[in-house]
Parts: sequence; C-alpha cells; structure tokens
Amino acid sequence: MNEFVERQLTLQWHEPKKSYDVVIIGGGGHGLATAYYLAARHGIKNVAVLEAGYIGSGNSGRNTTIIRANYGIPEAIRFYQHSLDLYQTLEDELSCWVMYSTKGIIWLAHTETQMRAERARCLLNVACGAETVMVTPQEAKELCPQLDLSGGGRYPVMGASYHPAAATARHDRVVWAYAQGAMRHGVHVLQHRTVTGLLRDGVRVSGVETSAGPISAGVVLSAVGGNVSTIAAHADVRLPIRTHPLQAFVTNAHEQGFGPILSDTELLCYVSQSARGEMVIGAEYDPQPSYSLRSSFNFLQSCASKVTHLLPFLRDLRILRQWAGICDISADFSPIMGATGVDGFLVTTGWGTWGFKAIPAGGEQMAELIATGRTPELVERFGLDRFAADRAMADQGSAGTH
Amino acid sequence: MLWITCPRCGRRPVEEFGFGGELRGVPERITDPAERDVDYAWMYDNVHGITSERWFHRAGCRRWLTLSRDTVTDTVTG
Repeated sequence: MNEFVERQLTLQWHEPKKSYDVVIIGGGGHGLATAYYLAARHGIKNVAVLEAGYIGSGNSGRNTTIIRANYGIPEAIRFYQHSLDLYQTLEDELSCWVMYSTKGIIWLAHTETQMRAERARCLLNVACGAETVMVTPQEAKELCPQLDLSGGGRYPVMGASYHPAAATARHDRVVWAYAQGAMRHGVHVLQHRTVTGLLRDGVRVSGVETSAGPISAGVVLSAVGGNVSTIAAHADVRLPIRTHPLQAFVTNAHEQGFGPILSDTELLCYVSQSARGEMVIGAEYDPQPSYSLRSSFNFLQSCASKVTHLLPFLRDLRILRQWAGICDISADFSPIMGATGVDGFLVTTGWGTWGFKAIPAGGEQMAELIATGRTPELVERFGLDRFAADRAMADQGSAGTH
Repeated sequence: MLWITCPRCGRRPVEEFGFGGELRGVPERITDPAERDVDYAWMYDNVHGITSERWFHRAGCRRWLTLSRDTVTDTVTG
C-alpha cells in the first residue's frame, strides 16, 4: 500500500502480541471483514489478522469486482442477496467510500438451451428474493447500445436475463475500508507475516507458527485465498479444493458510457467498465490446477476474439495490462464455511471465482459463527461436512466465471 | 504451460489436451472405510509443487498419458 493511500485512511498498525482470542490467516476481504464484524458486532476485539504480503495483495486485489446475486441454487441466492444488501449500505457502515456503483448484469443466451437455463434462473432468483427478469434482444440492446445482436454473425443473441441490482465496487477500497473499521475497534493487522504452520495441542489447533515466531490463539480461522490446502494440511484437514488460475485483462481508457456488466455463459467471458474508463474483461479459470500467477497469450487471444464478437468497438482499443489470480475451486462450486472437524480450526474457503461479492456476508456470518459457536442458518448448508453427508451444493452454471 | 510431449504424437500445444486430474491415493492415516470412501470421492491433494497427473490428447491420438508437472511454475517436469 502506498503513502498516498495511507493518507486517505486512518490505519493504525500495532505491535504483535503473543496471544489472541482469534487469529485470522489472510488479510484479504474475507479475513478483514470477519475481524471487523467480530469486533463491531460481537465485542471480540482481541483479534489478529495475519497477512503474508500486504493487505489485499491476494485475490482481493486481483478480482474483477462484480457483485451480483443471480445464482442457481436457493441457498446461494439467499446468501449472495444478503451480501448485496450489505454492500449497498457498506459505505455508511464503514464511513468509507468504496465506489459502489449499481450497473445491472445482462446474461446473454445464444441457443434455445441457454434460453431455458436463463428462464429457470429468473424464476428461481425471483422465488428466492433476487430480482432477475428475461429481456428480449432489443431490450438488451437498449440496456447496452454497444452490443452487436448478431454476435459478429456467429453468436446471435436470442435473449438475456437481466439482474438490475448487480454492481461493482473498488476492490482495494473494500479491503481498506474493512481494515480501517477493524483497526478502529482495536483489531491487530500484521502484514508480512507468513504462516508456516499450526500449533497443535493434542488434536486441537492452539495457534499459528509464523515467519516471526509463534502466536497462540483460542480460534484459528483460515481465510486465505489460493493456498488453503497447504494451511489445512498442517491440521491434517483434507479439502475438496483445487487451485486454478483465473486470468483477466483491461484495455486502455474508453469514454464512459458502457453502463451494464455483460456476461455470456456460452462464450465464458464477461465485460464491464471501470470508473477510470478501462474495459475489464475476464473469462473462465484455466483448466489445469496451478499456483502460477503467470498470464498467457493464449488466454488473451481467445478471450479477445470472443468479446469482440459481441462488442465490436473493443477492436479499436489496446490491451493495457493482464494478470492472474489463483482461485480455490471447490468440488461443487460452492463456498465452504465453518468447522473442519479439528477443534479450534475453522475455514472460510472455496471462494473460487466468486469471493469478492461475498465479502460482507461471508465476514458477517463467520464472525457470528466464531462468536456464538453455532453455525448461522444462512450458511449452515455450506459446511465442509456436506460432502460426507452427500449433500453437495452443485452450482457450476452460475459460478464458473465471476 | 504451453507444450506437452505426447509419447505417440510428440511435442504438441497444450490446447490439444484435456486435463484428467491428479494421480492420488487416500492417506494411510485415514483408516475408517467410510471416511476413506469420502476422501476418495471428494478430496484433492491440491499439490503445491510437483504432481503426477493424467492428460487426454483429445485433438490428437485420443489416448491418455501421465506426466509430472510443477504446479508452482506450471511447467512440465517429466
């Protein structure tokens, strides 16, 4: 984090103590939000958040900032709708501008099969409290005038589902806002502290081993993105998670005027415009698991070719930068929150390509779980034990890209 | 990762191949048969380092091969 940003925020850094009630591994959105809600709502202030790099340097700073609730299974729709509601009031809650901007998301369908899938999504969303409607190609064109309805002659638009509440926010600002809020309540955020192991007291986890000495804790929560299998292995916990890179890129600045977020299941890509005017373009995650943050030309080529079919004006733009983040993809494409079967060790993981939109609700629910010792009703179906109980929450269709 | 050497077709671009999953076993320390089944069905090693895995040459000979890959650098090591 640079000095300019530090001046905009009041971040208080603390000297580390030897022991905390709660230690959270991972200073990204989920870790800091959990710390904030623990301190602000539950009065648990003896909390430390350990971050290997600087706060928000992992997936919280690498995602494409899309917030939406139009998921494909009832439990997920309710959860993400709650997160969206929390996002809408986040600036008041944290007294910090996060550049929240409601845009609406258009999900294009090019085939009759996809039309059926989008109709089903609309019905389920409305039944579970998230507003999503079907729109005709002409209505989609009115919402997004730059759209080529013939799809470059290859992908004609048959219709789309439209989720008007979808939004974007500035990802770094969300992280900083939660960090500032948590620090105001006395939470210690320790940067450049790599967790190298977990302290065990019999089977129980009683703290963490870090690059600068051990820290004991009543509860250890892993909120890391990308390396959760390594952390969990220290507690002999096995996870149904594979880590895949997800790549994205932005173009140079274009005049403001691309209103909505455009998404496409068949082409597996999505486009939005940032506040700076850059077009943010992303795709599905890479097929093979990897911890590499390297970007590839193959991705750029295939993704650019797909989006220019839908939005011909992108052909005149130049690619400014590309990057990758590593996503913990769970076996059923739903998050995993809560107990691990090892006393004193909790996880919030499986956030894959859909973690940013879940930061407020994920943090709030994990804080409630830690404070009360009971799993809140909203997330009780997202426990790790669902796999053994054969109650997997398959939702690849709405979670595969962003 | 850009290239994979197929034992039948030689050095070919990775786009021709489909990822078929890591070669893995259930850890010895899990002894309960039901728990072993759950582990086998759902859990991944998610190796941070060198892993052995199966790939399918779908746009070539359409047969399976085993290779080892470093997941940190995403390079084929053997």
